[in-house]
Amino acid sequence: MFPAAFDYESPASLEEALGLLAKHGDAAKVMAGGQSLIPLLKLRFAQPSLLVDIGRLKGLSGVARHNGSLKIGALTRHVDIERSKDLGGAWAIFPEAAHWISDPLVRNQGTIGGSVCHADPSGDWGSIMLALDAELVVRSTKGERVIPAANFFQGPFTTALRPDEILTEIRIASSSKHAAGAYNKLERRVGDFATVAVCVQVELDGGGKVSKAGIGLTSVGPTNLKATAAEKALVGREPTDAVIAEVAKLAAAAAEPKDDVRGSAEFKKDVVRVFVQRGLKTAVARAKEVR
Amino acid sequence: MATETHHIHGRIGQSIKRIEDARFLRGKGNYLDDFVLPGMLHMAILRSPHAHARIKSIDATAASAMPGVIAVVTGDLMAQHKLAWMPTMSGDTQAVLATDKVRFQGQEVAAVIAESKYLAEDARDAILVDYDVLPAVISPEGAKAAGAPVIRDDKEGQKDNHIYRWEAGNQATTQAAFAAAHKVVRLHSFYPRCHPAPLETCGCIADVNPATGKATIYMTSQAPHAIRTVFALVTGLPEQQIRVISPDIGGGFGNKVPVYPGYVVATAASLLIGRPVKWVEDRNENLISTGFARDYYMTGDLAVDKNGKMLALRVHLDSDNGAFFSDAQPSKFKAGLFHIVTGSYDIPTAHVTADGYYTNKAPGGVAFRCSFRVTEASYLIERLVTNAALELGIDQAEFRMRNFIKPEQFPYTSATGWVYDSGDYPRAMKVALDKLGYDDLRKDVEARRKKGEVTGIGIASFTEVVGAGHGAEFDILGLRMFDSAELRVHPTGKAMLRMGVKSQGQGHETTFAQIVTEELGIPATDIAVEEGDTDTAPYGLGTYASRSTPVAGAATAMVSRKIRDKARKIASHLLEAAEEDLEWEVGKFYVKGSPDRAKTIQEIAFAAYTNLPEGMEAGLEGVHYYDPPNMTYPFGTYAVVVDIDKGTGQVKVRRMVAVDDCGVRINPMIVEGQIHGGLTEGFGIAFMELITFDSEGNCIGSNFMDYLLPTAWETPRFELGETTTPSPHHPLGAKGVGESATVGSPAAYVNAVIDALSPYGITNIDMPVGPDKVWAALRSKGVTE
Amino acid sequence: MNSKSPNLVGLARKVAMTVNGAERGGDVEPRVLLVDFLRTNLRETGTHVGCDTTSCGACTVLLDGEPVKSCTLLAVQVNGRSITTVEGLAQGGTLSPIQAGFHEEHGLQCGFCTPGMMLVGTALLKRNPHPTEDDIRWAISGNICRCTGYMNIVKSIQYAAKATAEAAAKPPVGVGAAAGGE
Repeated sequence: MFPAAFDYESPASLEEALGLLAKHGDAAKVMAGGQSLIPLLKLRFAQPSLLVDIGRLKGLSGVARHNGSLKIGALTRHVDIERSKDLGGAWAIFPEAAHWISDPLVRNQGTIGGSVCHADPSGDWGSIMLALDAELVVRSTKGERVIPAANFFQGPFTTALRPDEILTEIRIASSSKHAAGAYNKLERRVGDFATVAVCVQVELDGGGKVSKAGIGLTSVGPTNLKATAAEKALVGREPTDAVIAEVAKLAAAAAEPKDDVRGSAEFKKDVVRVFVQRGLKTAVARAKEVR
Repeated sequence: MATETHHIHGRIGQSIKRIEDARFLRGKGNYLDDFVLPGMLHMAILRSPHAHARIKSIDATAASAMPGVIAVVTGDLMAQHKLAWMPTMSGDTQAVLATDKVRFQGQEVAAVIAESKYLAEDARDAILVDYDVLPAVISPEGAKAAGAPVIRDDKEGQKDNHIYRWEAGNQATTQAAFAAAHKVVRLHSFYPRCHPAPLETCGCIADVNPATGKATIYMTSQAPHAIRTVFALVTGLPEQQIRVISPDIGGGFGNKVPVYPGYVVATAASLLIGRPVKWVEDRNENLISTGFARDYYMTGDLAVDKNGKMLALRVHLDSDNGAFFSDAQPSKFKAGLFHIVTGSYDIPTAHVTADGYYTNKAPGGVAFRCSFRVTEASYLIERLVTNAALELGIDQAEFRMRNFIKPEQFPYTSATGWVYDSGDYPRAMKVALDKLGYDDLRKDVEARRKKGEVTGIGIASFTEVVGAGHGAEFDILGLRMFDSAELRVHPTGKAMLRMGVKSQGQGHETTFAQIVTEELGIPATDIAVEEGDTDTAPYGLGTYASRSTPVAGAATAMVSRKIRDKARKIASHLLEAAEEDLEWEVGKFYVKGSPDRAKTIQEIAFAAYTNLPEGMEAGLEGVHYYDPPNMTYPFGTYAVVVDIDKGTGQVKVRRMVAVDDCGVRINPMIVEGQIHGGLTEGFGIAFMELITFDSEGNCIGSNFMDYLLPTAWETPRFELGETTTPSPHHPLGAKGVGESATVGSPAAYVNAVIDALSPYGITNIDMPVGPDKVWAALRSKGVTE
Repeated sequence: MNSKSPNLVGLARKVAMTVNGAERGGDVEPRVLLVDFLRTNLRETGTHVGCDTTSCGACTVLLDGEPVKSCTLLAVQVNGRSITTVEGLAQGGTLSPIQAGFHEEHGLQCGFCTPGMMLVGTALLKRNPHPTEDDIRWAISGNICRCTGYMNIVKSIQYAAKATAEAAAKPPVGVGAAAGGE
């Protein structure tokens, strides 16, 4: 339960950190809060020869709103998102989801960027990224590029991030006024990974019809999943109970859970359906309330 | 008439604050891993990745050459010292380090001794073991199957995986009663493997002094004296040269009773190397290899007459004991005290049979606040009784009331031979139902059900049997289960109490001081209580199975009374009055009719060293070894209300009422704390705790991500009540209580779920009752959101 | 077998941090967990280890005032930062309100989870002086207790909240008298 030996650098700047990655490639591992990485090190599932600690870098944390769009620094701690006063209204899904990540102690140290790059299919942030069509801004010594969330998660613990890249920022495009989300999570106890969790985010047009819909699924696939067909089936329609029930069934069909100690695949799919149903009803009600 | 009674701090019944708190509050507790000895080395154990495999070779060359490594110990080295195998507390043998085969995933194969624990683990990873994997047996069913591999081929004459057959009660009368029954209700109930999982894991520091030969072993042990004697027999070290020190223990719950291979290897290593060796297991090791609990497959049949009166009980159980039969339990009982299974009910005849089996899993079974298998028995009877009530259409509480042993029937001899000392089951039930508002709640449940809600109420009325026990019936490896207290009063009137039991958080430094306070009037804060050092504490069998208060508490009362007898003689001398002319009021003797002519216990203590009657030995001390005449029988009624989410299967406990009767309560605050803890363990067992295995014997549930313990968020807010029915044979009228809540509550929680699901025709869900199982049960009856 | 070359072993770094108000430091390999640095290097054994999967909270310390799991931090990670452990709760010889609360309300049995619980309680009351029971249970939901069933831990923190509020409400003794003092 102790890590194998590794070398350690705590770069003073992002440039210095990127330089280290350019030099060492995948012999190096980036650490932000360490709440996903250190458990792996302790079990010796990960044995990097160099740890690059970016946890102290300045300028990479914080929440900012720009002309209605949202920017979240990669090193923003879960707890800071949970407590943020800048994440209300359309963005309230962020503190709501943050509240359910792991436990309060882990939230005080872990970061949204670290969690997203760790890409555990049972991680919560991945579903929010997918539901909100987030853009992930990554940098290397070669420059910057923007990866849409839908292209970011490629497999269990596998992302589109190259070994020489660091995620710096998460961007969400501006949203219309009547927008809201909901996060429903079934966990066996606090601190357990989700058995099933669902993030929904909807935008309503002036006529009360859904203009945009995002549905992200946690723990029911090799990655967090975007229920695209279900989203499409909702857009342009009035979110009645019957429509929502139909959309929920489509989302359940898109889930790819496995039988395990938390339950059967059939059970998990049905919880997806139930959570999409509940989540949409809640999100629509919240979106309508926005003045 | 007595003079005005002055308040003495800590008499029985006072909820005084705990005397031992100070060090823990300041972070100055002395737990095993806090000790550092000069020259100390660290040990890491290599464990088998396979459930069943032959060992072809072990290559420790690379490991031995790694930085900081002093030695690598294998089974072969232990065998040279005749320590590759050791006796278990159940009369079997257990491998210390595997030689021929490994028999469960996690079994000890080799150990690295190094300068630091980090380096020990580095080297451990470098040991190469070549295995020939064999098919694994993962259940009694698999153990019995034709062609099943014989796990214990090391035992001469062992041709299969059967360990024991055990029986209690009367087959003939029971069979006859069943034949004549109006109705028979059957329940197949699996009580799954779970684990005590105390927050502190097990460990030891073995320090065999090369100059003196004395072995000082710091050990997380609930029973240090028994360990010392076993070590003497196993290692050949003379017993006076062995000192076991149990320091502060971070929770035991039965996990810290057995002798673990790690203790033996560390001791052997220290002997061979000549330096202290520390071994502290990590959580994975704790869950995968140390004493688990339960794993009982039970079938119960209850025969009732047409008036809903119980006629007979028949139970068969298959026990999964793991690869070695290593339970610490009274030697005459292979299935512990399971035959208490007639519980709180006046059942005229019963028959219990039990078969134990070897499987390719960690050894154990008796642990986790089970009172020696009473958890299993209580669970079965309380589930069976609720199921019978539901099937018969009788209210769960009413059906129990109809069949309770009545107060006037005590002492009551059960159909399996237990003599219950005292009880008033209807009263505890009434208190519980009143506290719950049962009648109104039932109506409310009906109203909610009409609206489509899934909700229910579960009841369990348990009777426990604790306080092992009378020497003629209760022994572990032949060591009779008496216990002891040694009390010494100093000249300034303060006292030191040493006992053969060992607290792991139960508040002994307070509770047992309070017994002395009651008997002698010395304030509890003037009394130091010491346990756990076998060089100084009188011999005892330790703390588990809720035995401390019934046995060592009784010994404490008795030794205090011995001292009071001598104090009377000294008082007589000081007051120049005949002994029979003296009256005792807690804390002093006074002359009958002249209450101002008195001597306090403090004055008497001083006199014991300064002013004695002619011919009297100095000092004021004594020791008492108490052999209890009987067990004690705490009991209670627990009631749980649940609401179930139809969409997800999630169960929410809306209310949990627990009424306990443990006789006289020495410190009610401490008693309630024990109950809170047990109700929470019961909650965990009922809803989330599980160790299970795949078909290859891989253990699932060997870390805290898979083995789930409830947090403050899920845990219900308990409502406690009490009744007090003293034990007639205990010197203080007290019964044990430490395990009552873990014994009685799982059935209450599960009965509530079954009650909630009974309108849909569902009659059983085995624990842990996770949302997936509830969802599946509802779905099977077409219920969904 | 890991791919580490032997020359990585013993690659010690100097770390310096404030622990309970005092400057402490040492030489550690980067892989050394903060909890081991505290327990082994600094010989402060009040912080405990209960698991290996970041699941139990027995190792809780305050990092710049926020509760974190010291088993899931490297000592090098907190170089230059401020740690509070259970040993830092008492002021001089006097127990803090939280410690007093745990004593008065029987909030501990074996004591193994207690340091972590008290530190979380301390941080909670700084941020939220009047927590509801739900607030308390949520705040300690990362800390496992096997003995108490949490009921008295909640009461202990409530006791401390009340004691702290009462102390804050009292007017300072001798107000005006020492106004001109140093």
